[in-house]
Amino acid sequence: MEVLVPVITMGVLGILFSLGLVIAYRKLRVYEDPKIEQVAELLPQANCGACGYAGCRAFAEALVKGESTINSCPVSDAEGVKQISATLGVSAAEVVKKVARLHCRGTHEAAKNSGTYLGISTCDAAQLVGGNKQCSYGCLHFGDCVRACPFDALYMSEEGLPVVIEDKCTACGKCVEACPRNLFELHPISQGIIVFCRSVDRGPVSRKVCKNACIACGICSRACPEAIIIENNLAIITDYKKIDPEKIPEIEKCPTDAIGRLKKEDEG
Amino acid sequence: MELLAIFVAAILINNFVLRYFLGICPFLGVSKKIDSAISMGLAVTFVMSITAVVSWVINHWILIPFKLDYLQIVSFILVIASLVQLVEMFIRKISPPLYQALGIYLPLITTNCSIFFLALMASLREYNFVESIIFGVGSGLGFTLAIILMAAIREQLDHAEVPEALKGAGIALIVAGIMALAFLGFSGMIK
Repeated sequence: MEVLVPVITMGVLGILFSLGLVIAYRKLRVYEDPKIEQVAELLPQANCGACGYAGCRAFAEALVKGESTINSCPVSDAEGVKQISATLGVSAAEVVKKVARLHCRGTHEAAKNSGTYLGISTCDAAQLVGGNKQCSYGCLHFGDCVRACPFDALYMSEEGLPVVIEDKCTACGKCVEACPRNLFELHPISQGIIVFCRSVDRGPVSRKVCKNACIACGICSRACPEAIIIENNLAIITDYKKIDPEKIPEIEKCPTDAIGRLKKEDEG
Repeated sequence: MELLAIFVAAILINNFVLRYFLGICPFLGVSKKIDSAISMGLAVTFVMSITAVVSWVINHWILIPFKLDYLQIVSFILVIASLVQLVEMFIRKISPPLYQALGIYLPLITTNCSIFFLALMASLREYNFVESIIFGVGSGLGFTLAIILMAAIREQLDHAEVPEALKGAGIALIVAGIMALAFLGFSGMIK
């Protein structure tokens, strides 16, 4: 009989506590859609915030609630998008892979220095005092974008320009934000022709400060007027899809190399 | 006076973390940011206070009258485990981000030795009901103090140049050791 006392005591205690927990569970239960967990696992877990939500988990919740679409995530690859769409039960819209591209070819050699800059070596700091280049539109070479890239998709080349490794680039847009001179833009990877200049100075002026500046001579726009216009002394591609591949050699006659295809050394 | 002595002793002199080195797991795990350190400290304080009450009731109303003292360990574990479950549900309900931030360390309070030590110590020192509560709250606040101090130091450490080999857990343990040395200065204030 002695042995029954502890058994009963512990039994009763256990039952009491579990009853307490059951009641608490009824009151405090949070219903969570199991899909959120599944979708969160399929997302890249980069937590880069490019989708506009606080992280991959918050984005997963928004997806399940239908507040956002999977296309907002630039990091997911085609396979991931397919699986997430299947989990959500919606059809995946075709996702165009985008990459960041630099709109400057002002290498150390091409763009002249305005003086010696000895300040804090970030682009932000240099921009405050006007930069160390005579060109006030081009790359400052201090690599804020390289440091901002969470995917190691950027590096600084020996010529002094950041290079995008397109395989690694996820178009998260961190470099676009980081560049104080707004030299990065997200392009569909299929876009072949790019204007490598942002200078809106008149031709002779920009020519003086950088060998690779757009001087608005108009050769490219005459070669392909339906897709390229000259505005504010700068060539602008209005619709890259309208560029006829046959006209590319014509466009690349640019005397300063300010428009054309990415060269091998530009691609990493 | 007696109560004040117990309270101060639990917070400063016999600080669970820095004197007895109990509850090191959440102390190192959740001390990277002050915000989550405060929440963790408060969660532990809550569990400790309630544990002190419930374990006293069980000890004095059930275990001692039935001469079941040898069941103390099992029944205290039962109390702590149920309480942590309750806290977990509660936090998940009121603050999902906090629930995410505390992560695995929240259910790990269950196996946090400092809480168990509290229940055993209160019964070993034969505290009465009020003393047990004061002891529980004090110990919880002591843990909170230690983890907040640690988090504040570690936030600063992020900007310091730590030797490569000591980054992370290494420097955290060294800091904890130095803090323990500092807290040793309180010993002997109250017998």
